Amino acid sequence: MTQTLAGYNFAYLDEQTKRMIRRAILKAVAIPGYQVPFGSREMPLPYGWGTGGIQVTASIIGRADVLKVIDQGADDTTNAISIRRFFARTAGVATTERTVEATIIQTRHRIPETPLRAGQIMVYQVPIPEPLRWLEPRETETRTMHALSEYGAMHVRFYEDIAHHGRITTTYDYPVIVNDRYLMRPSPIPKFDNQKLDMSPALQLFGAGREKRIYAVPPFTKVKSLDFHDHPFSVESWDAACSLCGSTTSYLDEVLTDDQGGRMFVCSDTDYCRSRTS
Amino acid sequence: MYVAVKGGEKAIDAAHALLARERRGDPAVPALDLTQIAQQLGRAVDRVMTEGSIYDPELAALAIKQAMGDLVEAIFLLRAYRTTLPRLAASQPVETDRGLVRRRISAVFKDVPGGQVLGSTFDYTHRLLDFALAAGTPLPDPVATSEPIGAAPRVADMLGRDGLIEPPPPGDAVPGDLTRQPIDFPADRALRLQNLARGDEGWLLALGYSTQRGYARNHPFAGEIRIVDVAVEIVPEELGFPVEIGEITVSECDMVNQFGGSATAAPAFTRGYGLVFGQSERKAMAMALVDRALRARELGEPIAAPAQDEEFVLSHSDNVEASGFVQHLKLPHHVDFQSELDLLRRLRAEHDQRKTAAE
Repeated sequence: MTQTLAGYNFAYLDEQTKRMIRRAILKAVAIPGYQVPFGSREMPLPYGWGTGGIQVTASIIGRADVLKVIDQGADDTTNAISIRRFFARTAGVATTERTVEATIIQTRHRIPETPLRAGQIMVYQVPIPEPLRWLEPRETETRTMHALSEYGAMHVRFYEDIAHHGRITTTYDYPVIVNDRYLMRPSPIPKFDNQKLDMSPALQLFGAGREKRIYAVPPFTKVKSLDFHDHPFSVESWDAACSLCGSTTSYLDEVLTDDQGGRMFVCSDTDYCRSRTS
Repeated sequence: MYVAVKGGEKAIDAAHALLARERRGDPAVPALDLTQIAQQLGRAVDRVMTEGSIYDPELAALAIKQAMGDLVEAIFLLRAYRTTLPRLAASQPVETDRGLVRRRISAVFKDVPGGQVLGSTFDYTHRLLDFALAAGTPLPDPVATSEPIGAAPRVADMLGRDGLIEPPPPGDAVPGDLTRQPIDFPADRALRLQNLARGDEGWLLALGYSTQRGYARNHPFAGEIRIVDVAVEIVPEELGFPVEIGEITVSECDMVNQFGGSATAAPAFTRGYGLVFGQSERKAMAMALVDRALRARELGEPIAAPAQDEEFVLSHSDNVEASGFVQHLKLPHHVDFQSELDLLRRLRAEHDQRKTAAE
């Protein structure tokens, strides 16, 4: 085994903390989409940079796991590198950039293009877990709204969007109903990725460190993006294909090439893109 | 005894002598010199310069030393000095897209012309106490620094080419100066930004944070954060052309926020702006969030949250004012208190009388 950080437990957190987090995860899996409060710890990375996801990963990771960390779909973005290094340092586990090789994938803002398989675990970093937060800032109120499945306010908000702009204007962190019961934030993934949540064979865990909540979508669970019959849910599309691999079906990043309006589009999922060109 | 007016003079002298003694600490330990503070506690110096509203690392270092590291006290010292200085000229607007870029990141595009430049930052460090540092580490190796990037056009300007973001406000009007004229409500944006730039970092941080948690949410993206050395120029009346008088380091944050739009105007992103001295990007980002929140009136948004309430935000942002007034409660108040005591005793006596009468 690789040498890990002296003076710290395997994967940084002590075993009691991991047990507490695992209990919260089990409860979250048992009640899909329900936000389970947990005793989130101070982590050596800042709040808002993935402390929830890191705590979830630290609690479930074992020596045999293979970890992939992405941010914006890419393995080479700075925060992904930092988190991957953190686990390489504190847990000494194998890391990979290949979606197919990973057993745990911690992510910020994307779901890989390569379809997930049973046995894989997605760990999402969540900034704001509460889907009703922009409608009602107080936690005491939103807890009651969830208890009563009182989600009409979100439909009204979407209706107002349609009245003002002719369409629903939420583009990322697009709310979903999980297992026909709880309204849930999928974390700030583009709505393009919402479809991948539905009936996924992988276990999907969501950790919000600063807000101290964990929630989950178990494998093969129904996840429905909120919409109306006459304004059905739709996703982003591009007129361009990826400049590197030519994909017309993946989520594309826009890269500015000069200040004269020059730009190119490339796959946000770097592993997917590379697997198509190599 | 702090109240006895006559004995008070001696007590004050003795207290200040004690303070000076404590400030120096154990004489066996070498005293800090200002260069050490300016160079090794640079972030503290930057904060004191920003909120002290004067760009002078040496003076800020002195203030920090004198204040024993109490930064709000140091800001106070610097402000009290600043106010004595004559104002000789107003500078030309600084051009933050020119100059040596020390750090420049955009969160909205993977890459941008001029490149993403991480520079020196705490970001992505793992916050593990470095005990080696306590023991005294050998001199860090010099790092390879790439050439300073040349032209680095602003990301917001590039979005602006396609009309995707509102244009910057017209810059012709001569901005007011809240150090010369008291602020009046409603205040224009230039005055609000002056207030926020001098405002307490903790206050702005908490208010900016509140907008991210649903109290006046405005969907922010960090369009661009840049730390850049810029030239400061003035136009002396007798010359009539700009002359460079020095160079300062500033942190600038251009926040890209939720789009507006109306029957007449096409939807476009809106912006919030932050600019501070030195390397203080936490403050610059918080400032940009609060600036955007304070534009609610102008953008026709409902004013419902504390961060949007201009009078509330701007009246309480100054930590020199706040610190003074909160701590003035330490001053003797026994005359007023005596009349309160007198009143309370009367009220209680009357209450007792009524109670007895009723029984």
